[in-house]
Amino acid sequence: MKIAITSTGATLDAPMDPRFGRAAFILIVDTEGQVLEVLDNSENIRAFEGAGIQAATTISDHGAEALLTGYCGPKAFKVLEAAGIRVAADVSGSGREALAAFRVGKLPFIDAANAEAHW
Amino acid sequence: MNICLASGKGGTGKTTIAVNLAASLDRPVHFLDCDVEEPNAHLFLDLAWRGEESVSVAVPEIDPARCNACRKCLEICRFRALTLIKGKMLTFPELCHGCGGCQLVCPEGAVSDGKRLLGRLRFGDWRHITFTGGESRVGEAMSPPLIRAVKGQAKESELTIIDAPPGTSCPMITALRGVDFAVMVTEPTPFGLHDLRLAVAAARRLALPIGLVVNRAGIGDERLADFARAENIPILLEIPFDREIAAICSRGQLLVEALPVWRREFQRLFWRIERLCQGLDAA
Repeated sequence: MKIAITSTGATLDAPMDPRFGRAAFILIVDTEGQVLEVLDNSENIRAFEGAGIQAATTISDHGAEALLTGYCGPKAFKVLEAAGIRVAADVSGSGREALAAFRVGKLPFIDAANAEAHW
Repeated sequence: MNICLASGKGGTGKTTIAVNLAASLDRPVHFLDCDVEEPNAHLFLDLAWRGEESVSVAVPEIDPARCNACRKCLEICRFRALTLIKGKMLTFPELCHGCGGCQLVCPEGAVSDGKRLLGRLRFGDWRHITFTGGESRVGEAMSPPLIRAVKGQAKESELTIIDAPPGTSCPMITALRGVDFAVMVTEPTPFGLHDLRLAVAAARRLALPIGLVVNRAGIGDERLADFARAENIPILLEIPFDREIAAICSRGQLLVEALPVWRREFQRLFWRIERLCQGLDAA
């Protein structure tokens, strides 16, 4: 299973980025904690609109089935829902800590956006 | 002739100048309230309302039976109003600017026109003034298509006075584009001058002749006058910072009605604009 984690850096030890659409990096990892891909999200950070839509599409295209992030807005959530990606929001700490909590089932999935558009 | 009142900074008195200019004239004028997010010109004119019509923008609706996921619409949409997820198109009508590009490039004819309500146009009359006002739907974030619809009501042969929205972004540019003369209404404060610089730069990009109306003259400092001189922009009218004038405007009255001396001043403002449009000296 592939998991997407929003991160301030290119490794699992970096603190997570609370933003989804405008996260600095999105890490695609497996459940064992191996980083499969590092997505540089810098182009999306500068996007005028639709950053969340684009990020959600990207992680779907990369085969993610779960997303661990801080805030997820309504447009991104609509895409993630259509893609069948489950979302754990309000997650913080390092990517590694988040993944560990996810693996033992400590991160609940949200069933609606937890942030306003353009927060 | 089309005259647009613009400002940069909000609250400088665009609407005050626009309604008084229109009311001061002895000839028919079409007043266009293009400040569709906060229209208020009608408050100063005792209009008899004639009717209204709604304005919508076309947004894409995708027929999943026809869509073959070729991505051509995704490539042309710069506002990301469409995305392809697991082979299916998802649309975000609230991001769509209604350009119709997706419909144009779709080889399968899978895109059809949906509609998103933008707001309404209102029509009215008062004395020699024909009035068209735009009013955005509450919750709608995009105003340029509605502003274009307001401007679309003007006839080529008419004298038109346009009350523009504040700022220097797309709504203001939409109101300003294609007019014959831009009147920048400003105030002699650092904030007024800062935004005036931006507004003048925008009007210059549109290659428009520009004149200034200085409202609340007497406050602030000399920097506005210095700027006007350096940029070679004529100051066409100055309205002093005066309690009586402020009270008249606050009551929703016209300055040219309450203080007849101002009727001549606004007629003179129009005469100067007309002269400048003809390439003549307006001194």
